[in-house]
Amino acid sequence: MSLPRLLRGLEDVPLDRDGHGRVHGELPADTDGRALVAELRRARLRGRGGGGFPLAIKLKAVRRGRRPAVLVVNGCEGEPLSIKDHLLLTRLPHLVIDGALALARAAGAADIRFALDEGDLVGDDMLNWALDARPELRGGRIAATVAAVPSGYVSGQETGLVRWHNEGVAAPTSVPPRVTERGIGRRPTLVSNVETVAHVALIARHGAEWFAQLGTAEEPGTALVTLAGAVARPGVYEIALGTRLGALLDTAGGAVQEIDAYLVGGYAGTWVPAPRAGALVLCEAGLRAVGARLGSGVILALPTSACPVAEMARVTRWLASESSGQCGPCVRGLGAIADAFESIAAGGARPSVLDDLTRWCRLSRGRGACAHPDGVAQLVTSALDLFSVDLLDHARHGPCDACERPPQLTVPAFALRG
Amino acid sequence: MRIAVDPIACDAHGLCAELLPEVIVLDEWGYPVIADAKLPARLEGLARRAVSACPTLALRLKADTPAVNGSRRRTGR
Repeated sequence: MSLPRLLRGLEDVPLDRDGHGRVHGELPADTDGRALVAELRRARLRGRGGGGFPLAIKLKAVRRGRRPAVLVVNGCEGEPLSIKDHLLLTRLPHLVIDGALALARAAGAADIRFALDEGDLVGDDMLNWALDARPELRGGRIAATVAAVPSGYVSGQETGLVRWHNEGVAAPTSVPPRVTERGIGRRPTLVSNVETVAHVALIARHGAEWFAQLGTAEEPGTALVTLAGAVARPGVYEIALGTRLGALLDTAGGAVQEIDAYLVGGYAGTWVPAPRAGALVLCEAGLRAVGARLGSGVILALPTSACPVAEMARVTRWLASESSGQCGPCVRGLGAIADAFESIAAGGARPSVLDDLTRWCRLSRGRGACAHPDGVAQLVTSALDLFSVDLLDHARHGPCDACERPPQLTVPAFALRG
Repeated sequence: MRIAVDPIACDAHGLCAELLPEVIVLDEWGYPVIADAKLPARLEGLARRAVSACPTLALRLKADTPAVNGSRRRTGR
């Protein structure tokens, strides 16, 4: 099967149970899940939520537990520009449900929790509508429920989801214990992203060899990418891993303005100068060569008409406000970084400000319970590399004409209050 | 042995950096930065003292284990 795989059958309206069956056929009855465990190991599917962790390793860990596992299908999608999981949940919910069912069997889980952002009312509606067509999941041998999780950049982090279910607090916890050992209700818990689970639905049907017919030898399969910014047709695209960014941009109708840089990997991502972007190979190995990661698959084209300093000032303030406030180095470091960008954008920053930013990035890495400070450090370090001229210009002369233009790196507005 | 700080529990009291300056320095906000998590054997006694002195029990010593996810030994909980 060539592209699209996950997005096969995508229409403007949600695909119902019958339509889903016509597009993909029925899920094979593999009740003990052992065959699927082996198939997923061979498929080498990595998580598509941002962490890129091999699914087979998590699966092995939860299967080793003495108590039955819990499966959390993570649809929180806290990355502001990412809409791929929302697209799957709202248009192709039965593919996600099939994948959850297959993965629950493989994990030995009788309990599936779909975790959605509490603001995703349409996702909640569509998922419940699809679950209503699956009476076997409403109190059968495997039962599925839907949980609304408070919005937030870090609330979809896996320890945060587990804590939300256990204590009603959507904030990360320290590791160990790993959630695969002790998670929801102290049971082994497998947290897997919506897109990852959708891939499982297809691997369960067609196998690992089929999965590897697209993608690279090291990173088999396809991935969903959310393309944003100054391109003709922004939105969600399914690519074979290893596709060049230039080819994806052609598919999306190309840039509609002169592009300054591409942000690869969302707000925990890396800025890549436009002249180098077309040749970027979209997979972890290809992006590692330029110090970037695909992460949750957000790629934004920043036009030269936008001000990177104003964009960074806005987004770092938002990212600082999204800290769960538990780890001192994150609270203080991200706050200092956001203050520095605001002082640069306003003009009249201290001469040492760029050195300070470099130091705070170094001090932020690896010093939180979750990877939020590491993501901010990654974004800021690459911005310091690429936008140093703009940053120095603003630090000396204050705001430019582009500072007041509408944001490209949009953030949820309510989060910036107070 | 390896030494690690639980960043959620840590409240920047700073005793660890006083008791184990060979390994721990404080950042500009008073939170510990561990230069090298792998602890030389000669510092293990001092490290244990720092661990027990931490008012929020945020400092941990753990045995060296291969950092392979998922294939770690089960912890005996």
